[in-house]
Amino acid sequence: MSAAAKNRIPVTKTPKVYIGGAFVRSESARTFKVSDRSGAFFANMPQCTRKDLRNAVEAAAKAGPGWARRTPYNRAQILYRLAEMLEARSGELVASLVGFGAREADAERGMATGVDRLIHYAGWADKYAALLGSVNPVAAPHFNFTVPEPMGVVGVIAPDSPPLLGLLSMIAPVVASGNTVVALASETVPYPAILLGEMLATSDLPGGVVNLLTGYRRELVPTFATHAHIRAIFASAGADERKALRLGAAASVKRVRFAEQSGAGWFADSAQGLDLVRDFVELKTTWHPIGS
Amino acid sequence: MSPRNSTAAHARLLDEVGAVDQVGVEERVAKYTTRSVKKEAKVWGLKTAVSMTDLTTLEGKDTPGKIESLCRKAIRPYEAPSVPTVAAVCVYPSMVRHARAGVGSSGVKVASVATAFPSGQTHLRTRLAEVRGAVADGADEVDMVINRGAFLSGEFARVEDEISEVVEACGPAALKVILEVSELETYDNIRKASFLAMGVLRPGDFIKTSTGKTTLNATLANNQVMIEAIRDFYLDTGIPIGMKPAGGIKTAKQSLQFLIAVKETLGDAWLTKKRYRFGASSLLNDLLRQLEKERTGAYQAPYHFSDASESY
Amino acid sequence: MPTRKRNNPAGSRLIFGDLWEYDPAPETADPKLKGRYDLFIDGRFVRPRSGKYFPSINPANERKLSDIALAGPADVDLAYRAAARAFPKWSAMAGRERGKYLFRIARLLQDRAREFAVAETLDGGKPIKESRDFDVPMAAAHFFYHAGWADKLEYVAPGRRVSPLGVVGQVIPWNFPLLMLAWKLAPALAMGNCVVLKPAETTSITALKLAEILQDAELPPGVVNFVTGAGETGALVMGHPGAAKVAFTGSTEVGKAIMRQLAGTDKKMTMELGCKAANIIFDDAPIDQAVEGIVNAIFFNQGHVCCAGSRLLVQESVADRVVAKLKNRIRVLRVGDPLDKNTDLGAINSRAQLATIKRLVASGVREVMYQPPCALPERGFYFPPTLFTGVTQSHRIAREEIFGPVLSILTFRTVDEAIEKANNTAYGLSAGVWTDKGSRILRMSTELRAGVVWANTFNRFDPSSPFGGYKESGFGREGGRQGLIDYVNLA
Repeated sequence: MSAAAKNRIPVTKTPKVYIGGAFVRSESARTFKVSDRSGAFFANMPQCTRKDLRNAVEAAAKAGPGWARRTPYNRAQILYRLAEMLEARSGELVASLVGFGAREADAERGMATGVDRLIHYAGWADKYAALLGSVNPVAAPHFNFTVPEPMGVVGVIAPDSPPLLGLLSMIAPVVASGNTVVALASETVPYPAILLGEMLATSDLPGGVVNLLTGYRRELVPTFATHAHIRAIFASAGADERKALRLGAAASVKRVRFAEQSGAGWFADSAQGLDLVRDFVELKTTWHPIGS
Repeated sequence: MSPRNSTAAHARLLDEVGAVDQVGVEERVAKYTTRSVKKEAKVWGLKTAVSMTDLTTLEGKDTPGKIESLCRKAIRPYEAPSVPTVAAVCVYPSMVRHARAGVGSSGVKVASVATAFPSGQTHLRTRLAEVRGAVADGADEVDMVINRGAFLSGEFARVEDEISEVVEACGPAALKVILEVSELETYDNIRKASFLAMGVLRPGDFIKTSTGKTTLNATLANNQVMIEAIRDFYLDTGIPIGMKPAGGIKTAKQSLQFLIAVKETLGDAWLTKKRYRFGASSLLNDLLRQLEKERTGAYQAPYHFSDASESY
Repeated sequence: MPTRKRNNPAGSRLIFGDLWEYDPAPETADPKLKGRYDLFIDGRFVRPRSGKYFPSINPANERKLSDIALAGPADVDLAYRAAARAFPKWSAMAGRERGKYLFRIARLLQDRAREFAVAETLDGGKPIKESRDFDVPMAAAHFFYHAGWADKLEYVAPGRRVSPLGVVGQVIPWNFPLLMLAWKLAPALAMGNCVVLKPAETTSITALKLAEILQDAELPPGVVNFVTGAGETGALVMGHPGAAKVAFTGSTEVGKAIMRQLAGTDKKMTMELGCKAANIIFDDAPIDQAVEGIVNAIFFNQGHVCCAGSRLLVQESVADRVVAKLKNRIRVLRVGDPLDKNTDLGAINSRAQLATIKRLVASGVREVMYQPPCALPERGFYFPPTLFTGVTQSHRIAREEIFGPVLSILTFRTVDEAIEKANNTAYGLSAGVWTDKGSRILRMSTELRAGVVWANTFNRFDPSSPFGGYKESGFGREGGRQGLIDYVNLA
């Protein structure tokens, strides 16, 4: 390293969360400190409040109809482009994960699995309707068909670890099926979500389709549970949180699904698939007479 | 003839005009946007669009001074000699006499909105009085609004009768009938309303898409539905009715696409201000911008031709 | 008072003249053609054993574009052996990795879309507007769609384990050269097969340009091989013992010949053959959109479409109105230089095809033929849009596939009659139905013997929508989950 480089003061980045297609601080202006693996100060992370969550739900709801109306091919291409963005910046993402304590091999494997998983769901976007829908052979002179439709706004609560792969694995099936997402990133390693926000912004994904929050689970999970406009919850959660989510969901009859993986389970193929798409679609059946 | 019988008869007649498939219309007009019009053809199109413009100001804050500068712009849109005058200026009834003075003997027509534009929600007698007043003040053309409430309630005879009375009140002035497509919503309704109006119009009259005061105005698709109705009516009866898309046409590129639609649907006889108008304000300057670009070869900066009609 | 109607016995006419002529608007992008194209075998361009080449000409002006290698038996054999060598590794590859090659091909084709569109127009004669807006984007979409199936094989045939067939031999036609290539390659590769493919003799260029993209995508050598040539080469590809399956798209006549050729072998096969599709218009149809649908059905791609709506069946009560509107509509269709962005109908693909069209048209009755006035270029192969009214089922032009911009118009009175007439053909690839009534659409769809029914639309395609015919229009489907089954073994 040259003498000039040694003496150069680096410019640190202010982390902002990606909500409604824009990068913002928490409306409360609160932050919490995040340290790197050596314990040194890294950055002040937005400590999102339930009002931030409320704003994010509004943004997701606004983006919903447009996203649902896009052709499946278009959604597939956007998810693929997101994969392109991540792959191109995989060095930065891996370094970030390692900087927060991951082993290099795990970080690289998580990165690769995450990108491949996005591509897996890009490939589902224009196919799940053919598998989850049907033409039903009713005993009547009617044409009867079932189509899957998005539910609307889905709340995602990602695991603390693996911070990037967990978040990607949970967002992708929800978005592929035309829903919009408000997601809470890992509480212990939130920074990769900040980077993910930047990549979402450069992937042709319309603003508001994915909204990422950072902050404390104990402050935000209750609002995820009770906000009536969130139509479904997808959470990686322990027993107490599960109970709280189910209780809160009852008031607005939310669908609740829990991610069963933990740790290494996230890397397996069993952590992805059509059933995860199915959990976040509604099924609509239509009848019409057949005749002259 | 009892009102109910008349309404039922109308409903049947209007069912005869046929359905319109939304996706089909939108696919047809998408083909117009892939036409490539260059060089001489483009200049002809741009100048024709200028000559078809009803240069419009319909604001609460209009003043005689504003009308006067609008008229000057209408008569001589640009200092280049080959640029034609516009077809008309379009103003509120209270401004008609100022417009009359402003256009003088230039050949630019004075069009007045009337019939409680834009909503039309006053008594018929008030609306007719407004028409007569505008014509008396010197309006060559009247732009009226149909009774959308009556149309959507199925009172088609009433809608038609009101248009007939406005035709009568116009006397020698030409009439343009605004359907207000955003409130009719469906292409089926737009087609029906077109036939309803044309049935009582005279050659030289127009049907028009919108007031420009709602969020959805002229599009290639609703223009297409209306010019297809005009075509069908003409081929059935021999009566040529004009067309005026209004509102939402801001760029020269868009206006050329509308002209392509006319060329391919109605043919050469409608490529004239006698039968086709653009209701617009900022369009004019974009037409001039494009004409200048064709003349010099250089893209223009917006400030050479201000978008703000205040600056006319 | 009711809307007044005046009868107009003088007959008002619309004037579609030259008041406002579109100036020439040629597409200027460089197609980057080579003077000579070799065979693509085992990942490289190789000269044909015989050293022979044949010219590919531009049907718009009859000028030579390029020389194309002529593949003989030794070349076809070389291709099959290369494919067989590549097969073990390709089929054993994890689906997610195999899919990524197809995603790459889709993206690279999108990058070079304009270049490929111009090449397609020059080689085949179709308007640049079509190659640009339909052929190339749709070809990329087919690769993109099928890429996503490669890692989802457990869903292809529920309850069964699928495995690839091996090496497949494919022969494609000249009407949508690049698109037909995508329809064939994408599902075959996604399912783990390797391919030997013969493009049509008059349109080999975009296939060989795609070979460059396969190289850029680093597709393992031998997975895809292109052997160019005419009927003889095609027969070699179909008949080679190395093919576990063959797929053919082309005329019914040749399809039958291939089936005879392969009798006695146990090769799987799929056929996508000819058609004389009925486009049926009822009196309650949205008429202007139906007229546009007629135009899309028979004049799109100069009528060189297997599923073209070449028979118009129009309900008697609206027949005159429909025909009058159709005539006005086709008066503004522009026939001419395919590279002009305003051209609607380009060149007929070859001298031979033009001769076929002329011969069949000559068999129609002159008095009821209508062609709008249009100036055809002096050089090149062109034919104006043509209507025949008063046609009946017994006429030759109602029975035989013309494969040109020629529409035969018949009438009917009732729904049953429409169904009867529509099905009265040995073919069964597609049909169109135009009506405002939903239940009638569903009834027609139920009773028409055709693999694709278009209701209030025509000639719509999607990689996810299975396409293929009944009866002598062939068997097997392309597109969708159903289209994959023909490319796998079921265990």
